[in-house]
Amino acid sequence: MSRLEWQVATVEAVLPETPRVKTFVLRLPHWQPHRAGQHYTLRLTAPDGYQAQRSYSIASPPEQTGQIALTIELIEEGEVSGYLFEGVQAGDQLEVRGPIGGYFVWEATRQAGPLLLVAGGSGVVPLMAMLRHRQQASVPNPTVLLYSVRTPEDVIYGQELQAMAATDSTFTLLLTFTRQAPTGWTGYQRRLDAALLTEVLRRFPTSPQCFICGPNGLVEAAATGLAAQGVPPENIRTERFGPSSNP
Amino acid sequence: MQNSFFNRGFQRKRPASQHVLPPGQYETQDFPVLSAGPTPRIGTTKWSFGLDGLVTNPQQWSWTEFNALPQQDFTVDIHCVTQWSKFGTQWRGVSLDALLALAGPTPEARYVMAHCYGGYTTNLPLADLTGGKAFIGLEYDGKPLAADHGGPARLVVPHLYFWKSAKWVQRLELLAEDAPGFWERAGYSMYGDPWKEQRYLDDDEDLAAGTR
Repeated sequence: MSRLEWQVATVEAVLPETPRVKTFVLRLPHWQPHRAGQHYTLRLTAPDGYQAQRSYSIASPPEQTGQIALTIELIEEGEVSGYLFEGVQAGDQLEVRGPIGGYFVWEATRQAGPLLLVAGGSGVVPLMAMLRHRQQASVPNPTVLLYSVRTPEDVIYGQELQAMAATDSTFTLLLTFTRQAPTGWTGYQRRLDAALLTEVLRRFPTSPQCFICGPNGLVEAAATGLAAQGVPPENIRTERFGPSSNP
Repeated sequence: MQNSFFNRGFQRKRPASQHVLPPGQYETQDFPVLSAGPTPRIGTTKWSFGLDGLVTNPQQWSWTEFNALPQQDFTVDIHCVTQWSKFGTQWRGVSLDALLALAGPTPEARYVMAHCYGGYTTNLPLADLTGGKAFIGLEYDGKPLAADHGGPARLVVPHLYFWKSAKWVQRLELLAEDAPGFWERAGYSMYGDPWKEQRYLDDDEDLAAGTR
């Protein structure tokens, strides 16, 4: 079987993450190790033969063998995400193809320097694969996740990230709430700007490798801001989604 | 290739496109931005564009010189490997036929590597840039091309997946042999025909035929 053949995966679990986000854990008959940051393409076929496909980032680390976790946001009028949210439960089957992507990837053994991950909304998903891979590999590289969300209920993987930050002194979680912060919140409460990025960069002994994923506006602001602070452009890798690039 | 697998209860929800879509694509009305790194901002006073490699008269134009070349309007359909297609996009720019005529490809020239500000590269057969199939886009929708869409100037080759339409293009190098560019080295198709759904290296015909 060729590397990128379609295969029929079985849904092992559907886990609610936020009111608009669910994780689908899929068991693959032809699983192979992916690189953290890669994605799979998922294809739905109607009984009349109509097909729709979309790409979704892998949330699970390559150490989780035999299965992949895809964390998916429900998009307004989303043809594929709408079906997955309404119609799919454990035991169902889904066609997927992957893993895909060779640039927005982080490998613990090859890139062990300081790491800055910047996420907006569901852009945290491929970065979570990197953090889980880093945890599994026990790499002590200084790592920060700067994660921009609208409200507390939009935080995906909140408990796991808090636990990771509490048990790993080399990992820092920085949340920023752009619409509404939790009661008593003393951290960031604004969109990413130059001052915020400067503060975050100061936490690193040397210029970090940066991965930025989220809506185009956030990615553009973060990438431009980090480059303006002197991070070499080749150390800034981005993955963007717009209003219509992943319905 | 088709199998009998289907997803129970799944049906078309988006209105059917008025256009014929390549396999696996859906129609969008907006223009999503996809780039692998920060957006390079190239001032037009520093900008230049050139044609070199296997040509008899290597060319290099400043922004002023390039804009003085004959421009044409192009209305084209574009197809992104991330599954969106956009129909009837309107551009203004300079045809590659005109540029290649000035440079004069040598008989050995068969492939092109596009080199871009910011370091991006992508490879195409030379034949896909001739015969009215490609242009350097300077305006989109009646306005100067925005930086995040590849401005000030972008290669546009609409019959191939849109990553071949290199943003921030700086130089086209004519070559005798094909060599992978940025996404091609990361596992994407060497050619990228949307109608044959050549998204990834595994989808390329010569690989499927086992000749490489």
